[in-house]
Amino acid sequence: MSEEKNTTGELKQYLTFVLDDEEYGVPILSVRGIQGWQKTTPIPNSPDYVMGIINLRGEVVPIIDLRKRFKLETIPYSTNTVVIVVKLEQGSEEKTVGLVVDAVADVHDINSDEMRETPEFGSDISNEFVKSLGLIDEKMVIILDINQLIDWRRLSDGEHEDMDAAMSVSEESAEPEAPAAA
Amino acid sequence: MTDVSMNSGAMDEIRQIFEAECYDGLNVIETGLLALKAGDNNLETVNDIFRGAHSIKGGAATFGYTDIADFTHVIETLLDKVRSDELSVSPDLVKCFLESVDCLRSMVECMGGGEYDEIETQRVKKELEAWMSEGPAAEAAAEVVSAAEQTSVSDTQVWDISFIPNKDYLQTGNQPQHIFRALAELGEVSLTPDFASFPDFCNINPEELHISWQIELKANVTQEEIINEFDWVENECKIEVTARGATEEQDETVAPVAATVEPTRQVAMADNKPAVRKEANSIRVEIEKIDKLLNLVGEMVINQSMLNQFSSSNRNDRATGVSTELDNGLAILERTTRELQEAVMNIRMLPVSTTFNRFPRLVYDLSSKLGKSVELTIAGESTELDKTVLETIADPLSHLIRNSLDHGIESPERRLAVGKPETGTISLSASHEGGSVIIRVSDDGGGLNSERILSKAIERGLVSNSDRLSKQQIDNLIFQPGFSTAEVVTEVSGRGVGMDVVRRNIEEIGGRVEVHSEQGKGSTFQITLPLTLAVLDGQLVQVGEQIFVVPLLSIVETVQVDKAKLNVISGNEVVYRLRGDVLPVVDMRSVFNIKGEKALESFENKQLVIVDIDRNQIGLIVDGLLDQHQVVIKSLETNYVKMPGVLGATILGDGTVSLILDVTTFGGPLLMGKENRVEH
Repeated sequence: MSEEKNTTGELKQYLTFVLDDEEYGVPILSVRGIQGWQKTTPIPNSPDYVMGIINLRGEVVPIIDLRKRFKLETIPYSTNTVVIVVKLEQGSEEKTVGLVVDAVADVHDINSDEMRETPEFGSDISNEFVKSLGLIDEKMVIILDINQLIDWRRLSDGEHEDMDAAMSVSEESAEPEAPAAA
Repeated sequence: MTDVSMNSGAMDEIRQIFEAECYDGLNVIETGLLALKAGDNNLETVNDIFRGAHSIKGGAATFGYTDIADFTHVIETLLDKVRSDELSVSPDLVKCFLESVDCLRSMVECMGGGEYDEIETQRVKKELEAWMSEGPAAEAAAEVVSAAEQTSVSDTQVWDISFIPNKDYLQTGNQPQHIFRALAELGEVSLTPDFASFPDFCNINPEELHISWQIELKANVTQEEIINEFDWVENECKIEVTARGATEEQDETVAPVAATVEPTRQVAMADNKPAVRKEANSIRVEIEKIDKLLNLVGEMVINQSMLNQFSSSNRNDRATGVSTELDNGLAILERTTRELQEAVMNIRMLPVSTTFNRFPRLVYDLSSKLGKSVELTIAGESTELDKTVLETIADPLSHLIRNSLDHGIESPERRLAVGKPETGTISLSASHEGGSVIIRVSDDGGGLNSERILSKAIERGLVSNSDRLSKQQIDNLIFQPGFSTAEVVTEVSGRGVGMDVVRRNIEEIGGRVEVHSEQGKGSTFQITLPLTLAVLDGQLVQVGEQIFVVPLLSIVETVQVDKAKLNVISGNEVVYRLRGDVLPVVDMRSVFNIKGEKALESFENKQLVIVDIDRNQIGLIVDGLLDQHQVVIKSLETNYVKMPGVLGATILGDGTVSLILDVTTFGGPLLMGKENRVEH
């Protein structure tokens, strides 16, 4: 994709997907698979962005709705709705998690030279999830820090019943909210 | 219940584990030696070899294989010299070491029966010992040869023994090596086999013995003593014992040592065969491979039941002939799949006896050392547990038993003084309870001194003066990391280090440990272990649109709710009157925040699942009861987090995931706050 082959930076591949008209990317090496949406088993007393768990080839895998996680407007799931199954790191452990997104977009090579620091008010989504911004030609891809997508400590602290509290805390960290740059 | 003596089956199991450990150790030694061959005294490599040898020695000594332990000891001593640079590594030395590994291996192979080549072992041992005195290889070898060739130069008496076993000698369970070894204890032995009566190859019956021996024994013993050695087999062979000098013409039997050793070795090798075959009976497989297999089988079970569902829902569309055929085929497939699943699951499960059986010996040794009289009783040793879990609890368990012995059980005098039987009892039991395996270590000793624990805990700042703790809570403070050493512990239980480690080890595998104690009467340590991979018989229950699995073992009974029997106590606690008992009632909808009517009136005609938690019963309100299924427990933690009230998840027949409830936590704070939410 990128033509700046003569640059010194490191070339990495990213799987990109669309969420509310924005293009997001995750490192392709952390992607375990892509599959259609399937009914989940809700986990009681968990944050609303955790849709539940599914059976992924014998493994129990939680499903995260990224729209809800980023507090975007939710849309009904359609035939385009896909689940990207990724590996996250939590400490020394690896966890497999499914991410519900609007649609899968592309696979891009992005040179590390083409990565930009996240400006303070880059996007609708909270900065804590954004690692950097990747430039592909004229387009911008938001590279996610997928390890931040789930607040494991909050989940395992056992404060599950209080979903509202969980949400209001992540709202705090999303502050200050700014209009989308796009 | 077993007493201190172990049965042979159990011993067999332990031996197999030890055997496997030995092979691991031998491989480590061998790999290390081969690396050393390059000529460098790499300390790390030497240490690796040393550790390998040491663990074999330790194990061998524990299980009473003194020959292996002694032999390994020699290796170890020599290695120590290498480690401290007193001896430099040379190819000859490595060769000698490698030979000793071979000897050790054949000794290990013969642990379960069969005979290893003692002569070769002695030779290598001598060579090792020669190295010990810093002799270079040539000298050592010379020494060995000269030692072996020391003929009747000394003034010891030489005996010639003609040993002609009957053909059916082996069938009586005897082996000529026993005799040779016994003779070797009297003095120096050299053997000359006689194959004269050996039949043609095609007539050989491998179960018959066609060899006879001329034995030369150099020892200061009487003829009677020699004949005594043949006591066992006097009817199975012909023996003639003559003193040398009286029959000097038999001199030709004194063949060179090297020549006599060879044929004996062949016999020994032939005898080794059964042992080698035995080793091939079990293989060590990485747990990961089994888990993968288990996952695949799980998938297969789900696919299979999906096929079943599809078939039965489309039965009407099919021609009758096809229908029967298909149904039969599916029925067979179902059975096979179930069996396959069970078989695979079984691979990981081991009876707790594999761990428990180490303890009688521990108790025996320790009690005699401490001058206490203690009896160990074991119950439920056939309870099966996942291998990983089993391995992890071995150390904590032995720690707890040591504690009970050391600090729990009083001295015999003291016991008599307080009116207890002189012999203390430690009991170790395992059982299934509510989807967990519970292991209890109880003693009838002095129990914990709660006052001292509390004052210690306050002193250490673990609790504050104002905290109001129950005795139970105080006793469990001994598991706190900060609560260690000092006099309280010697008085109470544990050497300080350890109790928190015990707890940590157990919690690492998702278990928990608690202590119940009554001063003067004894303590019980209760370890609750998860069945990480075990199957669980579950009752499927419906709550709203969701299906949960309640472990069948914790269900006492289920009843249909009769609203007239429901009462609300102190405004918010709901109870149910059941045959004179009053049970606290928990609405599953409230616990899990599931949409739907939560008012008390809506309970009418719902189901009340009565579960047993630590001998207390509570009732869970669910919408309906579904099937009972055997389910595979999948950890929710692997990819998510541990949830209070949830034991794990499982995959149901239709491929969907369902949560398994951990009712044992339902009595605790999880529900205490929740019950208030019940609306009236």
